[in-house]
Amino acid sequence: MTSQAPGLWPPSGPEVVFLLLGAVAVGSALLVVTTRQLVHAALWLVVCFGALAGGYLVLTAEFVAWVQVLIYVGAVVVLLLFGIMLTRAPIGPSAGLDSGNRWAAALVALATAGVLVTVVVTGFRTAYAPLRPGQGSAGSLGASVFRTWVLPFEALSVLLLAALVGAIVLSRTDIRGRE
Amino acid sequence: MIAVVALIVLLPFAAAVAGLLATRLGTRNLGARSGPAAYRRAAWFAIVPGAVSAALTVWLATALARRTAPAGGRFWSELLPGRAEGTLTLVETGAAPISLTLRADGLSVLAGILVVVVALAVQVYSVGYMRDEPRYPSYSAFVSLFTSAMLLVVYAGDLIVLYVGWEIMGLCSYLLIGHWWEDRANSRAAVKAFLVTRLGDVGFLFGIFILGTAAGSFRIDDVLRADILQHAENRGTLIAATLLLLAGVAGKSAQVPLQTWLPDAMAGPTPISALIHAATMVAAGIFAVARLYPAFLAAPPTLDVLGVVAAVGMLGAALAALAQSDLKRVLAYSTISQLAYMAAALAAGSDRAAMFHLVSHGAFKALLFLCAGLVIHHVGSNLISHMGGLRTALPVTFWTMTVGFAALAGLPPASGFFSKDAVISAIEHGTGPAQPFVQASALLTVGVTGAYAARAWLRTFFGPTRIEPLAEPPPGVAHVFDGREAPASMLWPAGVLAVPALLLGLAGPMTGVEIEWGSAAVSLAVALLGAGIVYALWRAAPEQDPARLLGPFRVPCERAFYVDAAYAALVARPVLRLARGVVRTDARLVDGAVRGSGRATLGLSALVRRAQNGNAQLYVTGLLAGIVLIAVAAVVLT
Amino acid sequence: MHLVYPVVVSALLFSIGVYGVLARRNAILVLMSVELMLNAVNLNLVAFDVWLGDRLHGGQVLTLFVIVIAAAEVGLGLAIVLAVFRTRRTVDVDRLRALAEVVRTPDPGRPEGEDAS
Repeated sequence: MTSQAPGLWPPSGPEVVFLLLGAVAVGSALLVVTTRQLVHAALWLVVCFGALAGGYLVLTAEFVAWVQVLIYVGAVVVLLLFGIMLTRAPIGPSAGLDSGNRWAAALVALATAGVLVTVVVTGFRTAYAPLRPGQGSAGSLGASVFRTWVLPFEALSVLLLAALVGAIVLSRTDIRGRE
Repeated sequence: MIAVVALIVLLPFAAAVAGLLATRLGTRNLGARSGPAAYRRAAWFAIVPGAVSAALTVWLATALARRTAPAGGRFWSELLPGRAEGTLTLVETGAAPISLTLRADGLSVLAGILVVVVALAVQVYSVGYMRDEPRYPSYSAFVSLFTSAMLLVVYAGDLIVLYVGWEIMGLCSYLLIGHWWEDRANSRAAVKAFLVTRLGDVGFLFGIFILGTAAGSFRIDDVLRADILQHAENRGTLIAATLLLLAGVAGKSAQVPLQTWLPDAMAGPTPISALIHAATMVAAGIFAVARLYPAFLAAPPTLDVLGVVAAVGMLGAALAALAQSDLKRVLAYSTISQLAYMAAALAAGSDRAAMFHLVSHGAFKALLFLCAGLVIHHVGSNLISHMGGLRTALPVTFWTMTVGFAALAGLPPASGFFSKDAVISAIEHGTGPAQPFVQASALLTVGVTGAYAARAWLRTFFGPTRIEPLAEPPPGVAHVFDGREAPASMLWPAGVLAVPALLLGLAGPMTGVEIEWGSAAVSLAVALLGAGIVYALWRAAPEQDPARLLGPFRVPCERAFYVDAAYAALVARPVLRLARGVVRTDARLVDGAVRGSGRATLGLSALVRRAQNGNAQLYVTGLLAGIVLIAVAAVVLT
Repeated sequence: MHLVYPVVVSALLFSIGVYGVLARRNAILVLMSVELMLNAVNLNLVAFDVWLGDRLHGGQVLTLFVIVIAAAEVGLGLAIVLAVFRTRRTVDVDRLRALAEVVRTPDPGRPEGEDAS
C-alpha cells in the first residue's frame, strides 16, 4: 500500500481538492465555536458538514457523503435550529456565549491538537492510499451492511426507537414519573 | 535449711498480700473507712507472720551456729559459721545469667535478726499508735511488704535479687512516708525521698551491671570469687563499679551528698521512722557494702571516697541535729551521723565494726524513735519546745529513752559505747590518705553527739512543763494530750527493745570485737565533755535552748547548711525550668506543628474546593487536560 | 491520497470540538461542538477504511452507524436541554451548579469539619 507512494509534495489533484475542503471545514468549525450569534453557529455548522461531505466524496465514500448531507445537514442542523428557537435564544449577536474558563479550554484544545497532530503525523507520514472510485458506492456498502453488519444494524434500529421514545418522554410535560 | 530462709522472706510477703486484699472481706464495710473488725484482722495479719518469721530466724541462727567453720572465713565465721544457699532457677539473659538464689550466712542472719525483731516491735507498736487510723490495714500491709523486701535484700544470693528487694524497699518507703498524703508537705516529702534515692539507685543498678558482666555472673559468690578482684589490670572496672554502687549506698543510707531526703522523711508515722528510716532500710546501704566487701577492699580509691563522704556527713549531720527544734528531725540527723560512722568503719577496713554498730544502732535508734513516738503521742506535737518535764508523767518512756540516748552518746554500759568504740578504733587503725581527717571528724562528732543527745534528753524530760493541749490536732498527730502513758501495746515494744540497746554491747567480745580501752576512754571523755557543756548551759537557763552555744552557726546548722536550698537552686529549679520549657515547646512547637498541619490541610482543601464549584465544564476541562497529560506521558515515556 | 491529510484535518476538527465543548456556555452550542467531534471521528473512519481497503467496508459502515447514533444523540440531547430550559429558564451550562457542594459559612473560632461530630 505504501510501497509505490509518491512524495508528499507536490500534492496530486484529489489531494489539493481535499485540502481545500478540509481548510473550509476547519475554518467553518472555528467559526462555529467562536461566533457570537447562535444562529450563525448553526449555519457555519452546515458549511462545515458540507465541506466534510465533499471530503468524503474525494475519499471515494459516496454513500457516506450523501448520508452526511441528508442526516447532518438536513436533519441534525434543523433539529439544532429548532432547539435554538425553543430555548428563546436571541437572534443576533449576544455577548457571553463563552464561559469563564475559555482560556483553560483553549489551552486544553491546543494541547489536544498538538498531541493528536504530532502522533498522527509521526505514525502515518508515509501512509498512502490509492483511490479507487466506486469503492464506497451505495451498492457495495449496502451489500456489506445487510450481509456482514446486519445484526448491529438491527440493534441500532432498536436504539433509535429507544431514543425516539426517550425524546418524547423528556419533551412532554404531561407525562409524570410514578410517585 | 534454705526452705526456712525462703519461708522467712515469704511470710511477711504473704502477710502483705493478705493485709491488702483480705482485711475487708466479709466485714460488710468495703467503703473507704475500715471498721474495727478490719482493723483487728489487719493487726493479726501483721503480727503473726512477723512473729513466725522472727522465730524461724532465731532457729536459723542457732542452726548456723552449730555448724563448723571453713578455714579462712570472714569475721562472722567464729560466731555463725554455717552457711546455706539455694537456687530456684537460672534465668538465661544472653549475657551473664541471673540466678534466683537465696543464701544464709552469718552476715545475713545478723542483719536478718535485726530486721525481724525491729519489724515485729514496730508492728506491735503500730497497733496502738495507729488506732483510729482509717488506713491502718494498708499501712500494716506495707510494713509487712517492706519487711519482706528487706529480708530479701538480706538473704539475697544474687545481685539482681538483692536489687529487687532494694527497689521494693524504696517503694514501701515512699508509700509509708506519704501515708498521710492529705497534707501536701507529706506527699512532697515522699516524692523527694523517692526521687533522691532513685538517683542513687540508678548508679547502684549500673554498678551491679558492671560487676555482673565483668564477673560473668550475678551470683554474689561468683562475683566475689571472680578474676576482677584479683588482677590489677581490672582495677579501673572495679573502681567504676564500686563507685557506682556507692551512689546507691549513699542514696539509701542517706549519706552526703544524697542525705537530704531523710530529715524530710520524718513526715511519715513515727513507727515508720523507727523501722525504715532509722533501723533497717537506711542500714541496707551499709549492709550492701559489707556484703560485697571484698570487691570494695580491692578498690581502695572507692574506700577513700567513702571515708571522706562519711567524715563530712557525720560531723555535719551531728551539728544539724544539735540545732533542730523537731524531736524527730534531731533523731533523723543523728541517724545520718551514725550511718556515717558505719561507712567510716567500712572505709577504714573493718566490716566487723560496721556491722556491730549497724546492729546496735538499729536497736537503740528504733528504741529512740519508738520512745519519741510515745512522747509525741503524749504531747501532741513534734517540737522539743513543746515538751519538757515529762519525767514524772512518762516514767517508762523516760527510762527507756534514757537508755537509748545513753547508747547514742556512747556511754557505758549501753551498746553504743561498745560499738562506737569498735568503730573509732577501726578508724584509728585505718590506712589511706583521708585517715587523719576521718579520725578528727569522728572524735569531734562524738562530742557533738553527746551534746545533742543531752540537749534532747534534758529538753524533753526535765525542766518546766511546756505542754499546751492542742485544740485541733494537725494530720499526722492524731492525739491530744491526755496526761497518761501510752497503751501497753506501745510500751512493750519500747521496753523490749531497750534490752538489746542496753546489753548488746556486752555481746561484742563474743563476736571478737576487742575493746581498746585507751581510745574508748578518750571518746567517752569527749562525749561527756559535749554533754557536760550542754548541761551547764541548760542549768544556767533551763528555759532557753542549749543550742545557743552554736552562736552564729545556729541558723546554718538548723538549715542543715543550706544543702536543700543549694540543691533547689542548682538542680530542682533548673530542672523545673527545663521541664516548663519542654512543656511550652511541646504545646507550641510540637502541638503547633500538628495543629498547623491540620489547619494547613483545611486551608489547602478550601483552596482545592473552590475548583469543585458545580461547573461541569470545568470538570470536563480538568478531565481532558489529565487525559492529554497521560497521553503525552505515554508517548514520551514509551 | 496521503493519509496524513485527512487524519490531520480530523485531528484539528476534533480539537476545535473540544474547545467548543469546554468554552461555550450555551448548551446547544455545546451539542454542536459534540457534533464536530463526532464528525472528526467519522472522517478518520472513512480515511482509514480507504487506506486499509477493507472488503467488508467496516470503517464506512461504522461511519453510518455513528451518524445514526449522532442523530439520536442530538434528539435526546435537545430534549434534555428543553427540559432543563423549562425548569431553570436558562441553558447556560456554567449556571447549572447543582453539583456544587453546599458551602456553609465556616465558624471563625474552630476549624471546619470538627463540628461534624
